Amino acid sequence: MELMISLGIGLLTASGIYLILRERTFSVILGITLLSYATNLLIFVSGRLVLGAPPLVVPGQAQHTDSIPQALVLTAIVISFGMTAYIVALALRAKGESGTDHVDAEERPR
Amino acid sequence: MSHVLLLPILLPLLAAVVCVAGQKRGLAFQRPVSLAATVALPLVAAVLVASAAQGEISSYAMGAWPAPFGIVLVLDRLSAAMVMLTSVLALPALIYSLAGADAKGRSFHALFQFQLAGLNGAFLTGDIFNLFVFFEVLLGASYGLLAHGGGLLRARASITYIVLNLAGSTLFLIALAFIYGTLGTLNIADLARVLPQVPPSDQALVRTAFALLVIVFALKAALLPLSFWLPLAYGAAIAPVAALFAVLTKVGIYALLRISGIVLNSAEFTVSLFDPWLVPVAITTIAVGAIGVLAAPRLSVVVAYLVVVSTGTLLSVITVLDTASTAAVIYYMLHSTLATGGFFLLADAIANQRGDRGDKLERGPHVRDLKVLGSAFLVLAVAVSGMPPLSGFLGKVMLMQAVQSSEWVEAIWPALLVSSLVVGLALARQVSVLFWEPIADEPRPVYPPPSRLRATAVVALVAASPILTLATGSVSAYARAAAEQLVARQGYIDAVLGTTPQIIRERRPR
Repeated sequence: MELMISLGIGLLTASGIYLILRERTFSVILGITLLSYATNLLIFVSGRLVLGAPPLVVPGQAQHTDSIPQALVLTAIVISFGMTAYIVALALRAKGESGTDHVDAEERPR
Repeated sequence: MSHVLLLPILLPLLAAVVCVAGQKRGLAFQRPVSLAATVALPLVAAVLVASAAQGEISSYAMGAWPAPFGIVLVLDRLSAAMVMLTSVLALPALIYSLAGADAKGRSFHALFQFQLAGLNGAFLTGDIFNLFVFFEVLLGASYGLLAHGGGLLRARASITYIVLNLAGSTLFLIALAFIYGTLGTLNIADLARVLPQVPPSDQALVRTAFALLVIVFALKAALLPLSFWLPLAYGAAIAPVAALFAVLTKVGIYALLRISGIVLNSAEFTVSLFDPWLVPVAITTIAVGAIGVLAAPRLSVVVAYLVVVSTGTLLSVITVLDTASTAAVIYYMLHSTLATGGFFLLADAIANQRGDRGDKLERGPHVRDLKVLGSAFLVLAVAVSGMPPLSGFLGKVMLMQAVQSSEWVEAIWPALLVSSLVVGLALARQVSVLFWEPIADEPRPVYPPPSRLRATAVVALVAASPILTLATGSVSAYARAAAEQLVARQGYIDAVLGTTPQIIRERRPR
């Protein structure tokens, strides 16, 4: 389980970084999204992976999950979601004004 | 401490909500609301400074959840000073925008107030995750403000700025995940308490986490090589927004001061986190900023590079985090924020009288108010370049005295002195281009009607440096006391955690 999660986070981060470095705003935004997924997973597991346990202290139950990372990840998801929505809107406006979705708002001669 | 501690966040937040709700009623409704909140803010800040100046650190537990389980707001001398600085800068910026800049797009006032709420929250919070949230509030507002006014240049600058900051936020979260994963807390005072007990096997991970955090703050403060976004973004923003942004980079420096002063210095293995690299990088930042000041094509870009220079100047001294250097950093921070903020407004006031040439640094038509604008330029140029007799000079002297015994003194002194010289030279050349060599046969542009609002705002911020100079005695005494409080550290920890009974933590599974 630990291996799978860490590989997943690694893969998401690597793909995110690759996409961020691309020259089209669409791929850059996708990259940001993937990076935020990776971060959310990372925050989630920072409370350690516990299977089948409630995020509360229940009398009689020996194990429980750390609930703080779950609250943190909720905040992080909301924030990254809002910011992504804004940058999509802005990128669309820039494309409308310049006619290209290049990050520099102008095509480079090839 | 009473609920006054909440006001610097609640007041702008409330004003922002009212502005959003009254969107349909237009500017006639939003302007008084926004202005009232921004006028009240320095008064609230004055109450906070007066209370902090007594020397007591007060902590406010939100929802009465005791620290470290709930979020706390902490008021010490440093955070009170930063709230004061923000409100003193915000008022002239807002007054300037009332002359018409706020009508160039929608939601200016709501965004402006959200920005203030985020700034004040970031300065007051005592919780590192809450710091992230307030960073996002102020960044979210700044994304909107930067794009305010429209146009391709701003859209392009915004995209770069937002992508960089989103990447920065991601790094911030990664750092927080590692910090929570290893230390089990996110409360700044509690971090300082837990840090010395980290077992050696976890120390590398903790160091990495804090290094990531430092990178994030360096990005916000525009430290090289993370500073190239700044001239693009600040040069593209409209003047009142750029003036408010002058304090944005200082959030990064404040966070660095806070984290290194309270947390990093509390444990042996994190105390040297900045050691081998921060001074060279800061000095390179000064150099690149100074070259930018020489080479920039427009006056607002020049001022943006001046912000970069001030970041380098401040951070070159932060490695030696003793009382003297921290006090000097606080004083210089107040000075450079107000001076660069005023310079952004002045650049726009000059551009308004140059017709189509705007703030491009090329010979152009006569400016109408030559004497007023020229004198304001002189005052600000003397202040930012660090020439006597104004606050820039006093600030630099304090910085230089503070690093006297540092091993880096041979590098820092020349950097500070040469950057003064270069900035002074560059600004002198720009004066002659802008004011003294008008093209005689060029027809005069259509000057905008004189605006009392603009004039008030510019004069207020230009006067800030002379006023700061006159008040240097009391301001530097306050800065010194603030530095002592930060360096002492234990007072902060006790103020936040003191009332909590012994916290029993279960040992984390390894």
